[in-house]
Amino acid sequence: MSLGTFHFVPVLLWTDALIFMLLTVALATVWWIRRHAHLRAPWAAVARRPMAMGAALVLAVFVIIGLLDSLHYRERLDASPPDRPQYSVEVLSVFDALAGRLRTQQEKTYSAPLAMHLYAKEFTERDGATVRDYPRLEYGGAHLKQADEYVPDIVRRVLVGLLQGLASSLLLFGLLAAWQARHRQMRVGSWLSAWETGHLGWPGRTVVIVLALMLMLGAVIARLAAGYHVFGTDKVGQDVLYISLKSIRTGLVIGTLTTLVTLPLAIVLGIAAGYFRGWVDDVIQYVYTVLNSIPGVLLIAAAVLIVQVAIEAHPDLFDTSAARADVRLLALCIIMGVTSWTSLARLLRGESLKLRTLDYVEAARAFGVSHARIISRHIFPNVFHLVLIAIVLDFSGLVLAEAVLSYVGVGVDPAMYSWGNMINGARLELAREPVVWWQLGAAFAFMFTLVLAANLFADGVRDAFDPRLEERQ
Amino acid sequence: MSPLLRVDRLVTGIGAARVVDGVSFDVAAGETYALLGESGCGKSMTALSLMRLLPDGGRILSGHVQLGETDVLALPERDMRRVRGGQMAMVFQEPMLALNPVIKVGDQIGEALSLHQGLNGQAARDAARALLDSVGVPDAARRLDSYPFELSGGLRQRMMIAMALAGEPSLLIADEPTTALDVTIQAQVLDVLRNLRAKRRMGMLLITHDLGVVAENADRVGVMYAGELLEEGARDAFFAAPQHPYSRMLFEALPRTGDAGRLTTIAGQVPRLDTQLRGCRFAPRCPFAIARCHAESPGWQELDGQRVRCHLAGSLPAGSVRERVTHPVAAHTPQPLLQVEGLKVHFPIRRGLIQRTVGHVRAVDDVDLTIQAGRTLALVGESGCGKTTVGKALLRLIEPTAGTIMLGGKAVPAKNMPTLRRQAQMVFQDPFSSLNPRMRVADILLEGMDALGVGARGERRGAVARLLDQVGLPDDAGGRYPHAFSGGQRQRIAIARALAVSPRLVICDEPTSALDVSVQAQILNLLKDLQADLGLAYLFITHNLAVVEYLAHDVAVMYLGRIVEQGQAGAVLRTPRHPYTQALVSAVPRIEPPAGQTVIRLAGDQPSPLNPPVGCHFHPRCPHASAVCRQTYPERTDLGGGHWVRCHWVAAQG
Repeated sequence: MSLGTFHFVPVLLWTDALIFMLLTVALATVWWIRRHAHLRAPWAAVARRPMAMGAALVLAVFVIIGLLDSLHYRERLDASPPDRPQYSVEVLSVFDALAGRLRTQQEKTYSAPLAMHLYAKEFTERDGATVRDYPRLEYGGAHLKQADEYVPDIVRRVLVGLLQGLASSLLLFGLLAAWQARHRQMRVGSWLSAWETGHLGWPGRTVVIVLALMLMLGAVIARLAAGYHVFGTDKVGQDVLYISLKSIRTGLVIGTLTTLVTLPLAIVLGIAAGYFRGWVDDVIQYVYTVLNSIPGVLLIAAAVLIVQVAIEAHPDLFDTSAARADVRLLALCIIMGVTSWTSLARLLRGESLKLRTLDYVEAARAFGVSHARIISRHIFPNVFHLVLIAIVLDFSGLVLAEAVLSYVGVGVDPAMYSWGNMINGARLELAREPVVWWQLGAAFAFMFTLVLAANLFADGVRDAFDPRLEERQ
Repeated sequence: MSPLLRVDRLVTGIGAARVVDGVSFDVAAGETYALLGESGCGKSMTALSLMRLLPDGGRILSGHVQLGETDVLALPERDMRRVRGGQMAMVFQEPMLALNPVIKVGDQIGEALSLHQGLNGQAARDAARALLDSVGVPDAARRLDSYPFELSGGLRQRMMIAMALAGEPSLLIADEPTTALDVTIQAQVLDVLRNLRAKRRMGMLLITHDLGVVAENADRVGVMYAGELLEEGARDAFFAAPQHPYSRMLFEALPRTGDAGRLTTIAGQVPRLDTQLRGCRFAPRCPFAIARCHAESPGWQELDGQRVRCHLAGSLPAGSVRERVTHPVAAHTPQPLLQVEGLKVHFPIRRGLIQRTVGHVRAVDDVDLTIQAGRTLALVGESGCGKTTVGKALLRLIEPTAGTIMLGGKAVPAKNMPTLRRQAQMVFQDPFSSLNPRMRVADILLEGMDALGVGARGERRGAVARLLDQVGLPDDAGGRYPHAFSGGQRQRIAIARALAVSPRLVICDEPTSALDVSVQAQILNLLKDLQADLGLAYLFITHNLAVVEYLAHDVAVMYLGRIVEQGQAGAVLRTPRHPYTQALVSAVPRIEPPAGQTVIRLAGDQPSPLNPPVGCHFHPRCPHASAVCRQTYPERTDLGGGHWVRCHWVAAQG
C-alpha cells in the first residue's frame, strides 16, 4: 500500500476545508481587485494608513498561526506493521509539530508563569524525610540546579531573545532596503533617508518598527519557552501558552466562517428586499424582525443542544474526538451566522432602496435589462463596500461572542482549545487563594491583541471606503 | 465715502489649494455687488471667508476684510459671533438644509432676535412677525408656528432671509439665493431682496452664476475665475461691453431668442487650484491667448471705469466670437413619430394597517402630445408639475394609469416593450447619478446594445468607438471609469448611451440644468448637431425657457399635471396667451429686458397635485380668474397654427 510508506496521514476536517476554500476565495478576490482601478484605489488608501498597516501585520501573524494549525494529520503508530499501518487517534497539526515540546511537556497541575515549582504542595522525599512542600516542576526550570540561578537565567534568556530579535529584524530591514533601492533604482542611502522621513508612499517606518517589535517579542518568548512555561500551566498541567496559541484557530474560524454563512443570506435577502420592494420586501422584513426579537443566546443555546444530541446519537460518524469537536464548531458557526445576518441585510436593503431610484438603474431599465443583470451589475458592485466594512467590523464581535458563549457553556466543545473555554476553566480558580490568574490573563491578552488589531484595521478600511470621507479628501 | 465692506487681497487655502487667491473688492452701503462665475471658481469660498465659516482644513492665509470700522479677520472668535448675523448675515442656497426641521420657524427667528437684539417673549414674537411681513410672507402670524416642512421652497427662503435680517445686518451675503427655486418663485424672492436693500440701505453681496439675475439686481459686477477676480465694473458698463475674454464668452455661451447659430463654448475646464499656476489662469482656454498670457499673470487695467485683468484688454476684437453656422433646416413634411393620448399617471396614496387606497396623486392627468420626427418638443413647467413623470411614463419606466402610446402610427402594447425601447431612449438630469461609477464607459455603452440585441455581437465594440466619436469624446474613453470625466463629458457619455440603440426619439430630462453655462452650451450644440445628422426627435423636458427658445420647435407648457398651452416655440414664447405662460415668460431674468412688457409677478405657490383646486387648476394664482374658472376646467381654445390654450379668459376674448 502506498500510504504505508508515509509516517502520517493527512486529515481534512470540515472547518479546514472551509478555511482553505475561504482562503482561495480571498486570494481570488485580491487578484480581481488588483485588476480594477476603482477597486484598487481604496485598498491603496488602506495601505497608506500606518495604523491599519501595523494592525494588519499583527493580524497576519495570527492568521499564519491559524492556518498552520489548520493543516491536520494523524501520525502512524510505531508499533503498527508497515503493510497494515495503524494511525494514532490523536489529530495533530503542523503547528503542533512546530510547537514541539510545548505540547508534550505536561506538568501535574497548576504552575505560575515562569515558575520552577508546582502551585500545589505535595509530599516529597527530601534527604530521606518526607516533607510537604512545593515540588520542582518536571520541565519548567528543570535545567536549573540551584534556586539562585533562576533570575540570572531569566535575564540571560530575555537579553539573548532581544538580541536575536533585533539581529534578525536588522537583517530583514537590510534586505528590504536593498531590494527596495534596487526596485526603485535609487541609492540605499537615499532610500534610507526617505524611509526615515516617511516619504516612501507607504508607512515604512510603522511596518518596520512593528515587525521588529514582534520579532523581538517572539524571540524572547521562544527563548523563555525553551526552559519554562511562559504563561504557566493549567489544571491538568498543560502549557497555557500552547493552549492560547491553539485557541487562535478557534477564534479565527468563528470570526470568518460565520461571515461565510452570513454573507449569502444578508446579500441575497437584503438586496432582494430593497430592489423588488412589495411583497418580497414584506416577507423578508417580517422574517428578520421575528428573528431579531428572539434573544440570540436562547436561539443559539437551543440549536447547540440539538446538535450536541445529534452528535452523541451518531458516534459512529466520527472517527476521532477532534472530528466531533470540529463538527460542533462548524455547527456553532452556522447557527451564529443564521442569527446574525439581519443587521447587514437591513443595511443593504436601505442602500438598495436608494440605489434602485438612481438614474443609472432607470437607464438600465429603459433598455429592458433583466433584474438579475441590474442587481449583479448595478446594485451589488455599489453596495460591496458596505459588505466589506461589515465583514471586518463583525469579525471582532464574533470572536468576543465565542468567548461569551463558551463561558455560558453553549459554545464550542469543552475539549476544544478556545479562549472562551480558558476563561470558563479559570472562572472557579479565581476564588482560590492565592488566585490562579494566568489562564484568564493569557486569554485576555490574546483576545485583546486580536480584537484590537482587527478593530484598528476595520477603522482603516471604513475610512478608506466611506464615500463621505472620500469627498473631503 | 468709505465703503461698507472692503476686501483686500484675500487669500484662502483649503489644504494645498488656494481657492481664493488675492481677491479685492468693495461694497458700498445700499449697493448690490454681484460675484459672478462658474462652479468651482471660489465665489462661495469668498463669502465663507468673509464670515469666517470655512470648512475643515480651510484657512485664511492673508489679506484684510474691513467691515465698517471692524477688521473682521483680526477679531477673536468670541467677538466674531456678534458680527455674524449682527453686522453681516448670510442667506444660503438650499433653504431645505438651512432650517432646522424640528423647530418651529418662529422659534428659529426668535433665537436670532434674542441673540442680536435681546428680545424675548411677546416682543420677539412681534418683531418676528414684522420681519415676516417685511419679506412678504402672507399670513405671517400663523406661519410663525409652522415647521419648515410645512412651507414651500419659496417661503422657506423668505424665512431664511427674515432670520438673516433679525440682527439688522449692514451687509447681506446671498449665496445663490434662488438657484434651487422655480422661476416664478425666484422672481418673488429677488423682488423681496431688492426692496429690502432699498428700504434698509444694506449692502448686498450677491453670489450667482446666472447672468440674468445679475443684470436685474446688481449695481456692480465682479467676475471670478479659478479663485481670482478677472473683471470688475458697474453693471451697465459691464453688460454693454464686457472686457475680459472669459466674460465675453460667458455671454456668448448663453442661448438667446431667435438665434439659430451655434453657441460659443469654452474649451477645457477650470484648472485645478492645488497645482502650480503660471500666467493668466484663463490662458489655456482663451482663444486670444498669446505667449505672454502663459508666462505672466496680468495686472489690473482701468478701462472707462471698468477694471480688468487681461494683457489684451482693450485690444480685443470688438465683435462676437460666435461662429455663425446655421444648420440647414430639413424641409421635410412633419410626420408624427410618437403620439400620446389621454396619458394619466396616478400614484395611489395608501394609509392604515391594510394599506387601503385613500386617494391619488394625479401627477399626470390627461396629457396629449405629438412629437414629430426630427423635431424638438419642449415640455416646460415648474418643478412638481409632472413633466418628468410624463417622460418616464412614455418609456414605461413608470407604468401609466391610462392612455395610449402610438409609435409611428401604431399602438405600442405593453408586451412589445423592446420595440418601444429601440425607438425611444432617455438622457437624465444629473450626469453624476446617471452613470454607474463601477462600470467602464465601454460597458455602459454596451449595456443597451446587449440587452436589446442591437447589431451583431462582434460589431458592438466598433459601435462603441463610433458612438464616442459621435459625442466628441476621445477614443480611449471607453476603458476609463466615469469618475475620470467632468460633468459635461459625463453628460456626453449619457447621450452616447441613449444613442447606442439608434433610437429615433430621445427624451432629455433637464440634461443641462446641472451644468455650468459654458458646458451647457457644448451639450446644446451637441444635441443640435446630432439632430441634424441623425434626424433625431427630442422631447426636451426643462424649466429653462432660454434653452427652450434656442432648441425647441414646439413647446408644451404644463401646470399641475396638465398641458395648459401648446404650439410652435416662437408663438408660445413671444405671444404667450395663457396667464401662467405669460407669468413664466415674464419671470425669467433677462440680460436685455424686453421693452414695453409689463412684469407679471405670480402670487403664491403651485398647489399640491394631491388636492388640486376645483375648476381651472391655475385660478388661485391667476390675475384674470372669474367665477367660471372656479367651477369647470377649461376646454381647448384653438388659436390657429397648431397653437392652443386651455383658458376661459382667452376663450372669452376670442
